[in-house]
Amino acid sequence: MDYCPHTPDDIAQMQAGIGIGNIEELFADIPQKFRLRKIPGMPASLSEQEIWALMRTQSEKNRMPRATLTGAGAYHHFIPAVVNHIVGRAEFYTAYTPYQAEISQGILQAIYEYQTMIAHLTGTEIANASMYDGASAMAEAAVLCAKISNRSKLIAARSVHPQYRRVLQTYAWANGCTLTEIPWLPSGQADKAALAAALDKETAAVIVQSPNFFGCIEDLQPLADTAHDEGAMLIAGFADATSLGLLKPAGECGADFVVGEGQSFGNPLAFGGPYLGIFAAREKYLRRIPGRLAGATVDKNGRRGFVLTLQTREQHIRREKATSNICSNEALCALAAGVYLAALGKNLGKLASLNVYKTQYLKNKLLQLRGWREIFSAPVYNEFALGCPDAGRVNEKLRGEGIVGGYELSKDYPELDQALLFCATEMLSKDDMDNIVRILN
Amino acid sequence: MSKPNPTDRWYSKDHEWILDRGDGTASVGITDYAQEMLTDIVYVELPPIGKKVAAGEPLAVVESVKSVSDVYSPVSGEVIGVNTALENTPELVNRDAFGEGWIARLKVADPEELKTLLNATAYDALIREEKH
Amino acid sequence: MELIFEISKSGRSAVQVPASDVPEVNIGDAIGPKYLRGDLDLPEVAEIDLVRHYTNLSRRNFGVDLGFYPLGSCTMKYNPKINENIAALPGFAGLHPNAPSEFAQGSLGLMYDMQRLLAGLFGMADFTLQPAAGAHGELTGVMMIRKYFEKRGEKRRRILIPDAAHGTNPASGALCGFETVTLRSNPEGGVDLNHLESLMTQDTAALMLTNPNTLGLFERNIEKVAAIVHGAGGLLYGDGANANAYLGKTRPGDLGFDVIQLNLHKTFSTPHGGGGPGSGPVGVAEKLVDFLPAPRVVKNGEGYSLSEDFPYTIGRVRAFYGNFTVIVKAYAYLRSLGEEGLRRATEMAVLNANYIKERLKSYFDLPYDRVCMHECVFSGNRQVAESGVHTSDIAKRLIDFGYHPPTIYFPLIVPEAIMIEPTETESKETLDAFCDAMIAIAKEAKENPQRIKDAPLSTPVGRLDEVLAARKPDVCWERS
Repeated sequence: MDYCPHTPDDIAQMQAGIGIGNIEELFADIPQKFRLRKIPGMPASLSEQEIWALMRTQSEKNRMPRATLTGAGAYHHFIPAVVNHIVGRAEFYTAYTPYQAEISQGILQAIYEYQTMIAHLTGTEIANASMYDGASAMAEAAVLCAKISNRSKLIAARSVHPQYRRVLQTYAWANGCTLTEIPWLPSGQADKAALAAALDKETAAVIVQSPNFFGCIEDLQPLADTAHDEGAMLIAGFADATSLGLLKPAGECGADFVVGEGQSFGNPLAFGGPYLGIFAAREKYLRRIPGRLAGATVDKNGRRGFVLTLQTREQHIRREKATSNICSNEALCALAAGVYLAALGKNLGKLASLNVYKTQYLKNKLLQLRGWREIFSAPVYNEFALGCPDAGRVNEKLRGEGIVGGYELSKDYPELDQALLFCATEMLSKDDMDNIVRILN
Repeated sequence: MSKPNPTDRWYSKDHEWILDRGDGTASVGITDYAQEMLTDIVYVELPPIGKKVAAGEPLAVVESVKSVSDVYSPVSGEVIGVNTALENTPELVNRDAFGEGWIARLKVADPEELKTLLNATAYDALIREEKH
Repeated sequence: MELIFEISKSGRSAVQVPASDVPEVNIGDAIGPKYLRGDLDLPEVAEIDLVRHYTNLSRRNFGVDLGFYPLGSCTMKYNPKINENIAALPGFAGLHPNAPSEFAQGSLGLMYDMQRLLAGLFGMADFTLQPAAGAHGELTGVMMIRKYFEKRGEKRRRILIPDAAHGTNPASGALCGFETVTLRSNPEGGVDLNHLESLMTQDTAALMLTNPNTLGLFERNIEKVAAIVHGAGGLLYGDGANANAYLGKTRPGDLGFDVIQLNLHKTFSTPHGGGGPGSGPVGVAEKLVDFLPAPRVVKNGEGYSLSEDFPYTIGRVRAFYGNFTVIVKAYAYLRSLGEEGLRRATEMAVLNANYIKERLKSYFDLPYDRVCMHECVFSGNRQVAESGVHTSDIAKRLIDFGYHPPTIYFPLIVPEAIMIEPTETESKETLDAFCDAMIAIAKEAKENPQRIKDAPLSTPVGRLDEVLAARKPDVCWERS
């Protein structure tokens, strides 16, 4: 199966038009010794029916869980049907970056609306058109702070997602920055005194997450004040983006940059991607932030329209001096997020409350099990960490019942032995939760 | 058609002008020919006060919609003032490159350096050459 | 068109939240009042209004499914529908990335097989699928180069980048702490070997080369280029943006490339999504395998799992494992085409580009008149000189003829550049009609240049004021 419409007659005519007798002549610049005769390991082609059967079989080798009790950076939420219908419109998904504004008003306006919704949700003034995912958005914000401040030290709370810290470490190393980590308090929140001790005049940014990796809500304002006192910026991440519908936005608590994973807004779990890097900032950084920006303007008749704006920040113009190397982003995931947020409207707050109810229910139920205990005392959104007698055994039991259990914290935190991080979204029913507790009892 | 190049100042080959204020300081901007080449200027990144620059080093950045250009300092010195009006009205550079569109004021390190630059006649000749 | 905020009316909503089946707790008590937000100012619209809003927006957008989209360097080929259905299969779309590997054998097995197929197709030792886009892959590749020299105890601070390269190349180099040095092109549009030789010092880590380059020309001296770079202890980085030109015909690994990043959304037909998501796998030669990002998919017996146990890895460049469903679509494409299909796709892509080049070269300046690969680059110089019509005007006029314009003003070494990449999925009829339109515009430039400067005349908005947008940025709507 291929998708070339060429008939033998077409090919003959085109060859004649070019003045060649054989297509091989077009490849004459490739030295003979490098010509490939056979593609090693490449199977023969398949018809559509065959590829469908093959891929369906492959997909069924995945075992679909009856319930998922883990979040830890990706969250199982209901996606209203309208989202996929809109995102599935070929006018959107078969287009590319809207360089030609006159025939790209659809995606440009949709992105402008998305930027507006994100700025509002994060309590900032501006948001870009998207980054790759939450982790890379956080890393790019950190690198940007180092550039803006001409400082090279980054401080991250250890309660930031372990994979995000790993990405921060990679980007910091590549940019000649150092990454220092600060511990958490018994509450599960970042240790402000440790932060104050770690801060110095070389610190570019302090990076925290709220809700953090343990689900705990951070008291951001004092952290922001502490950072600002030393001239450092505060980058605030978040765990599940639906929390933005309920919690006080980081931008209202002194954060300079708000970054995180937007997958929860209408994008499927998809085994980790494509996801949506949310990147929002204070207005004063407008000309420094990475990524594309849709902006409103007018045409020659005064009609409102949208363009990609402030492109001089970007690699195709500024090249090695660009604020980032990002080119392709996650526009379609941002479109999904925009549709999702417009579909829910104020109900996003209700949805977030529902997540809290479910979480409290599951947490209380699990705490009734013998030997289970709370690890942290801070308020949580829809994730929480519990200690239990044998974390591995718990997950094994659940796995046997087709359930994805909690996230084993000892993988990333040796000091949190026999501890599981659970997540309860609106997708978990009371029956599911009762059943889980029954299995574990 | 660009405006005539005033005879009261010096010019660099990179199309900056510098006007000696006679008190050890000088104003710097880009020439009318330069603003014409750049088309509509949408943003000027001004240097911080106190910045020390050597002759030929980047002093400021001017941006049009699709281009970014460094403005080089014609002489060595220290930035003692910037044209803050450009922050909100960068179009002043287009409108009045030799006057209201000035970019920065320098404390000149060595006044002798000015004499190594082009005078208006020499600069006229330079842009005539570039146009052909 | 109105904004979604302007059609919002308090009290409406398109989605209802289900009633709670567990006891409702007091949110203030559970969370603490100081942590709660005040207003939540999102649009409030009924489902029908929402659907009409976005459907009408979609009608103001041009995609491959609407017409010819010869955007050079972006490989806007047809996106097969079956691949969308495959990616939406519940097993692929619905699995949590933290699910234990027992649940994920289908996903992990597919990723493993994809890496193996790409390694064979590109002649590399191994691949990572983690990077989310081409530029992300570049960054990953350059990081591996840096790590390679760090481990060898060599301090090499420079990376060479040809003057015709994509802007992402110098930006990726700089984002990795390298000084980027521009390498000149020769009069044939290839690498200036003397210049390369003079720049390949002990301080130079790598040459980032796009082959075929952004002029659509294959580097005839590739063997010498590789020898010069390797001879000085450097590495040869390949930007795979133009891989659609050679699949099944030659392999970067055989040509001497040590690293190559791909763009699955270009070469492997996954939709461009209005700007993304893409996927940017990176392939490496044996000497760089140790530095690949972690985790990596490993095979143990009949099963697959993820392993972090690679001491020299550069680390992670994102959370989880990559843009998985994009990889699924690309894998399905690769398997559909198979050996014969890939070779035919390459041949038709190159045939199409050369056909356009021949048909248009008497109407537009062709700065490098030789056989091209998958794309050709013209210059609008003649039109500027004859009638003051610029390439940007020609692009806007093409919109009136129903086409997405080519890439313009790139590569930077061609003044008034018009970069046309037809791809293999376009028919002779489509190419002929497009060439006829280009020829008509060339004629119109002489007879009625003003009409071209006023274009587009057929779109919902005319040319937009980009100067205003940049001087007075408005990137978020504010209620007035």
